[in-house]
Amino acid sequence: MILSWLILSLLLCGSLAWLTGRWHSDLPRWVSLITVCIHLACIVAIWTGSVQLPGAGEGTRWYAVYERPWIPEFGASIHLGLDGLGLLLIVLTDLLGIMAILASWEEITLRSGFFHFNVLAILAALTGVFLALDLLLFYVCWEVMLVPLYLLIAIWGHERRLYAAMKFFIFTQASGLLMLLAIVGLYFLRGQASGTYSFDYLEQLELATTDPGWTRFTFCLMLGFCAAFAVKLPTVPWHTWLPDAHTEAPTAGSVILAGLVLKAGAFGFFRFMLPLFPAESQLLTPYALTLALVGILYGGLVAFGQTDLKRLVAYTSVSHMGFVLLGIFAWNQLAWQGAVLVMISHGISTGALFVLVGGLQHRLGSRELSRMGGLWSIMPRMGGWSMVFAMASLGLPAVGNFVGEFLVLLGTYQTRPAFAAVATLGFVVATAYSLAMMQGVFFGPCRQAEHVADSTRRENLIMVTMTVTILTLGLFPQAVLDTSEPTMTEVRQRVDQMAPDRHSAFNGSTRTGHADSISAMAPHNDGRRIVSDGNENGEEIDVDSQGGIP
Amino acid sequence: MSHADFTALLPQLIIAGTAITVLVVLTVRRHHGAVAVTTVAGLLLALATSPRAAAAAPRSVTTLIVVDSYSIFFTGLACAASAAIALVAYDLWRERAGDAEEFYVLLLCATLGACVLASTTHFMAIFLGLETLSVSLYAMIAYCRDDPLGLEGGIKYLILAAVASAFLLFGMALVYAQSGVISLSLLSVAEPREGSTITAAFGVGLAMILVGFGFKLAVVPFHMWTPDIYQGAPPPTAAFVATISKGAVLILLLRMTNVVPQSLWPHLTVILAGVAVLSMFTGNLLALRQPDPRRILAYSSIAHMGYLLVAVIAGGKIGLAAVAFYLIAYFAAMIGAFAVLAVLAPEPTASGLQELLRGLAWRRPLLAGTLVTAFLSLAGIPLTAGFLGKLYVLSAGVDASNWLLVISFVLNSALGLYYYLRVVVSLFRSDHTLSVPDQQSHHSPTPSHRLSAHFATGVVLLVLCGSLIWLGIYPGPLIAFLQSMVSGWPS
Repeated sequence: MILSWLILSLLLCGSLAWLTGRWHSDLPRWVSLITVCIHLACIVAIWTGSVQLPGAGEGTRWYAVYERPWIPEFGASIHLGLDGLGLLLIVLTDLLGIMAILASWEEITLRSGFFHFNVLAILAALTGVFLALDLLLFYVCWEVMLVPLYLLIAIWGHERRLYAAMKFFIFTQASGLLMLLAIVGLYFLRGQASGTYSFDYLEQLELATTDPGWTRFTFCLMLGFCAAFAVKLPTVPWHTWLPDAHTEAPTAGSVILAGLVLKAGAFGFFRFMLPLFPAESQLLTPYALTLALVGILYGGLVAFGQTDLKRLVAYTSVSHMGFVLLGIFAWNQLAWQGAVLVMISHGISTGALFVLVGGLQHRLGSRELSRMGGLWSIMPRMGGWSMVFAMASLGLPAVGNFVGEFLVLLGTYQTRPAFAAVATLGFVVATAYSLAMMQGVFFGPCRQAEHVADSTRRENLIMVTMTVTILTLGLFPQAVLDTSEPTMTEVRQRVDQMAPDRHSAFNGSTRTGHADSISAMAPHNDGRRIVSDGNENGEEIDVDSQGGIP
Repeated sequence: MSHADFTALLPQLIIAGTAITVLVVLTVRRHHGAVAVTTVAGLLLALATSPRAAAAAPRSVTTLIVVDSYSIFFTGLACAASAAIALVAYDLWRERAGDAEEFYVLLLCATLGACVLASTTHFMAIFLGLETLSVSLYAMIAYCRDDPLGLEGGIKYLILAAVASAFLLFGMALVYAQSGVISLSLLSVAEPREGSTITAAFGVGLAMILVGFGFKLAVVPFHMWTPDIYQGAPPPTAAFVATISKGAVLILLLRMTNVVPQSLWPHLTVILAGVAVLSMFTGNLLALRQPDPRRILAYSSIAHMGYLLVAVIAGGKIGLAAVAFYLIAYFAAMIGAFAVLAVLAPEPTASGLQELLRGLAWRRPLLAGTLVTAFLSLAGIPLTAGFLGKLYVLSAGVDASNWLLVISFVLNSALGLYYYLRVVVSLFRSDHTLSVPDQQSHHSPTPSHRLSAHFATGVVLLVLCGSLIWLGIYPGPLIAFLQSMVSGWPS
């Protein structure tokens, strides 16, 4: 029940915000801000265990499960489940939602009621995506998210907003339709084989175990899912919607797009594609890894070449999400955990960068790098905050991005050393574009004649929160890793069980009962258990006892 | 005819009776309000008697009419749609000068024709129904005699529909001459006699019947008339042409595919599949660059007929239910869209309708809300009835493993988004109000007056908008009903 209220409350309060917009344009801001704060408090309460929810069986990965019939004639139900990965992403959703609302406090003056309705509707749909355990419900949330996002870009965006919004919608919807086709295909495939027609995710998992082999048909179904997730992630060459949409969207839209919508794509891989099609997905590995490398390097290089500051930040997402894709297709729990960390820290750091860029644009009236330079002397606080997140983006140790990307590389190295080696170049590229960005905006001769205000208290509040979060992720990542671990272990067990042939194909990288542990990773975590990987007995192995990288 | 026969025919009889009553009343006194109320009341009464008729079904009333669950379903749907159209027309004619009362008679006759068409397989009744429908439509399209676009549309429809009727009639004659069969339902047992020429003539006859149907459905390559009619006809008529007229023929086609001889079935599916794919692509591609929302709706309706054909070809119980569900969603969305256009452009306009739509959401939220819901439903976005219709059709296609059709369906759904979204976003555009935010009030002079002037349409819009969303969120009961409805059908 609480799970469905997690979605409904956002929608209802969004409508309330819309209504209150008729009386005063500031009311919707407060209504949405308070709503999302309460939402965050609820989800954190569930996380810390101070609220016990029904449906959380012992020994399962679910914090809570909720089910009621929806369209029984189709075998579709409102089946929601909260696991560690979903929980982390919902926390991220709320956090970035708050940031997005705060960031648009002064930027959005026109029709703030409808604006905040759209923001909350997106957050509700995202929560639905992270909770849905029914394929049809998942698809509904996945697609419904697009409409308010489309309106957000098309109404409150910048110069080329209509083009960008249309491109974004058609790319994501077209790939989503392929997923719908795959969902329906899976529904009939399993239904005709077993007589149970159901869209239920857990039942589909059960049914899939009955025929472990893959066929050309299931491979096509997997491609349907893959299309939707790969476009959203985004994967080069299907990334072209991203720079346009991120650049033209208002700040809140960019924050939500970069911080959350892309994560929905990565989440889809973990929740649906890998468990439902373990054998089929493995056939994609070489191609996906290659595309991930191309994304990392190409995205970084193109970012380096941008003259539009917002576009630059947008392209860095392509590069960072390449690491996520690399981690996913490393078929290694270490890399998966790293991918989760990259997802979360990238959400924070890129979200913060978009807030800063939005602030600069608001003040200067331009996003062109050529019109910036030497701004540090005018606005040192903005410069300082930008420096923090530029460093986060280039992967400086002690921030979350570093830990995540390092874990991805470490995991990938064990299965595909060559790919890991090339991907390491991504750090170099990231350093180049981050420093170039800082250099172009804040250092050098000052071209700004007029006086512009430095960051406001509201912006400082946003930045302090984001900085604390990203540093916590970098210094104490264990809480996050522990939360997502049950999910990853289950996915991992499923892959092992359903597609055992990869042992030969992947150099025996997944020896059971063996811990891929690391001690060099984070010196401040000395002696703590970092990640235990692949031990089926569930025993936890200390970093020290294993002694470094195997 | 027995008592049960009359019960089974009750809805059609009530519609016919209402038409005659209205005509008689008109000879005594012309009163717009009374006529409109009688029409709507008659149609709703016919709708209310459908359950009684369903109790008597399935039943063959004389040799001409077949009353089964599907025909009663369509009769009910047509009555509801027709009542909505009558309400929209009532508001429209009040704003326009001239005699409006005969429109309702024509509307009732056309509805009756459509209902007959949907409940027969007999050639005579098919022709009767089709002509009742078409002849009423000629007059309905050209109802505004001082509007050149309407007149052009009327003439165009008259000529092309006459040609199509000729094809149909000739096709029926050929089939009858070759096989001695005068009803579609007997086709399956009446394989033509051996001999290549005779079989060829039989096939040509069936193909000509298909041409006649294709014209009414406005599928490619018989679609040329659609945009002009939709643009020129008064919006209620356009809504009728887009929904009830097409729906009736589609159900006839469904009956035909059910009974076609086994030897001809592969040919028929190939033809229908080709038509479906062509209709989807042509409709969507031509709609991309259209500025006028009525022409967009015209081309989109061509594409939607293509989508519906996917379910028709798939057949089976799931295909039948899919067609029924899709028709409901399509009817509601199309009538909603045309109702909004009727409110916006009471006078005939050659162009500039898209200008009226700009920023509508900030001026007239109910109109814009309905239009957005209708267009999103046509585009098949989740949480609208259109999405579940799409899902249903997709399921039917996947179940029958028609991968070519299913994939072009999916591609076209993505293609169609472009023009639907273009209209949707234009509703939210406020470029001119951005600079001068206080200008909003100038656009709708005396909004309170306009609101009361469109009370009937407002009710229709609310009901349609509500049902589109309700069916999108909670379609379970309707799906259960449709599944029980088609369970009696042979397939």
